[in-house]
Formats: sequence, C-alpha cells, structure tokens
Amino acid sequence: MPAKVITLTIDGRDVSAREDYTILDAAKEANVKIPTLCHLEGLCDVGACRLCMVEVKGIPKLLPACVTKVSEGMSVTTDSERLLHYRMTIVELMFSERNHICSVCVSNGHCELQAMAMRLGVDHMRVPYRYPTLPVDASHERFVLDHNRCILCTRCVRACDEIEGAHTWDVMGRGIDAKVITDMNEPWGKSESCTSCGKCVNVCPTGALFEKGRSVGEMVKRKAFLPYLTQMREGKK
Amino acid sequence: MSKTRVATVWLDGCSGCHMSFLDLDERLLDIAPLIQLVHSPIADVKEFPENVDVALVEGAVSSDEDEEKILKIRERSKILVALGDCSVTSNVPSMRNQFEPNRMLHAIYGDGVIPLGGGPVPTLLRKSRPIHEFVNVDVYVPGCPPPADLIFDTISNLLAGQKREDAPAPKFG
Repeated sequence: MPAKVITLTIDGRDVSAREDYTILDAAKEANVKIPTLCHLEGLCDVGACRLCMVEVKGIPKLLPACVTKVSEGMSVTTDSERLLHYRMTIVELMFSERNHICSVCVSNGHCELQAMAMRLGVDHMRVPYRYPTLPVDASHERFVLDHNRCILCTRCVRACDEIEGAHTWDVMGRGIDAKVITDMNEPWGKSESCTSCGKCVNVCPTGALFEKGRSVGEMVKRKAFLPYLTQMREGKK
Repeated sequence: MSKTRVATVWLDGCSGCHMSFLDLDERLLDIAPLIQLVHSPIADVKEFPENVDVALVEGAVSSDEDEEKILKIRERSKILVALGDCSVTSNVPSMRNQFEPNRMLHAIYGDGVIPLGGGPVPTLLRKSRPIHEFVNVDVYVPGCPPPADLIFDTISNLLAGQKREDAPAPKFG
C-alpha cells in the first residue's frame, strides 16, 4: 500500500511529506538544510549528535529532526537564535571534550566537525577544555583509530553493522567516558571480525579513523560510495 | 589624526602567526601610516607599554611568565585579539597537557640539568591553555596560522570598521 502523504510547515512554508518520513527527510525534500553530523544517507538514524534539533510548535523541548517522524499539521522551525545557540554549544562541547587539534590532524580541511564549526560561526570554545588522556590504536595493518578525535557519532558502528555486516565496531562505557571499540575491546589489529573493508574509515566525519601513511590534511574521505552501496543492495531511499 | 597604538605579542606559539602577519606584504605599507607599532617581537621592545589600542596575541598561556604577560597585556590594552589557534584553542602546546610537566621535561631531556622551579627559565603551568581562560578576549582569529587575508581583514576592521568581502572565513587548523 502506498504511504500516505501528510502536510506540515517547515520554517513557515507548507510542505508535503510521506507519513513515514522524518523531519529531516521532509526538510531535505523541501531543500531546507538542517545541520547534521551523525546522520549519513544510507545508514539508520540514532540521534547521537543532536545538531539537527528543531523547534516544533506546541512542544517546549527541542526534537532531533533525524529521528522525529512528521505528523499532520506539524509546524517546524529549523533555524532560530535559540537553535543556533544550542548548536554552537554542542560543537564547542565536542571540541572541548577530547583533544581535537586541527592543525596536526590528517583530516584538516576535510573534517565535518571543523566545517560545522565554520558554518555555525564557532570561533572559540566557551567551555573549558578537558584534555583527557586517550589512547591511539595503530595495531591494524592499514588503519588507525585515534580516540582523541572521535565525536561518538557511531557512523563507523552503523556502517560496519548495516552495510558490511561484520559488526566489528561497538560502543563501550557511558556518557563522557564512552568510546568506540573493536570486537570485545581488543586491539583493532587482532580483530577476527574486521574485513578491512575501510567503510568505517570513510564514513568517519573527523580524523578519528584514518588510513596509515597519511600526513596532515591528506585524508580525504570517500563518502559517496556508502549510500550507493545501500541503494544497490536494499533499494532503500 | 593620532595613530592607533598596536602591539603584537608572542606567547607559547611557533611565530607562524607573525609570519602570516608579515605575509601581508605590500599591504603592510597601507597599514603602516595608520598605526604605531609599540611592541612586537619583530620590534624587540622589552616591556609591554601602557595605553595600547589593539594587542594581537599569538600563542597559548603555558608558563607563569605567559600568565603574567597576558594579565598585563589585558590591563594595558583596549582591544585584545586572540591571534591563531594556539591563543584560541591552545592547539599544539596543549598536546603536552596529558603529562605532568616535570616528568615530561625529564622524559624529553633525560637526566641532564633542567632548570626547574623559577630562575631564568619560566616554570611551566600544569596545563597549557587558551588566553580567554585567563583574560577577556575581544576578537578571535582562529587558524594555524590565520591566513594573511584574514589578518588584514581583522586589522582593517579594527582600524576603519570596514569588512572586506573577499576575506576568508575563520577556520581552526
């Protein structure tokens, strides 16, 4: 049975959307750009980064657009002073929680977190830096995991599980102490489930996962191949 | 018209921001008649002067000397500009923040004589931090280093309030 079409307003504009759409899907179709970091076309959405938060009329709290379904008559605001304030704060928290040092990063100039800071006008962090002590796992033959640059978007976890089907990646710990792990928190190089396909590396928005032998600013991620794979395999939207 | 009293300062950084400043090339000649450079590592003035209109500060606050300097700079300057990633985010100097300073120095320099605890060599603070964690900053110019165009835009802005349209957007790294 074809999906029902409903109507809603996004930033004051009347738009129509399939009833199974999220606000992010509907906004995308209406050419409204909502900032995202953990979302990636072709992977399921988990609402991890909260950058896509929007205001919905009648609901006092902000809702993540990537995991909130549209409904009839819904009135959504995607861009406001309040939203910009929270989005900037989120980016600042991401920078201050770990050791993101852009100038010595393989992804300098190709990093989605860095680009998001530019887009939102973040020019300094209003919260103090934590400078945590975090390890770097270079045990894999071809790739490196640097926890200092991880923003816990879990794109690697989802790409490995949903596209590659290996489920090498997972998340361990809670809150600020959470970290991505391979297998049962074993060195990546010893992982028996990893197929070395490199999908996790290429979907990573920052320089947390990168190919060995790259120097500063050299790691350009090939993002296009992942949604393409999903489309071919499952015919997902 | 009185000239704008400008100071540039080099704390814990690599001087790359000052190099980028010099990359203004012939535009330095446009700025020169409008400003009086009252303090700068390239002018070799020892004491930070009073009544500075604009202070451009490169580098993070990493030692007790840096901390002393930044407090004095703030006190004596009307507009304080954090120039470059080290002063805005602490950048590369912060890479030592996971280690205890004295143990780190011994690990690097071995068992030789390391002048710790005052004297001619400033004592390292436990952590290297951006300047806005010590004093109020008026303008942030991130970048490692910030491009010359961005520095020119910032200075032009402060001197005449005119923003150039072709100036690059500020970016970390």
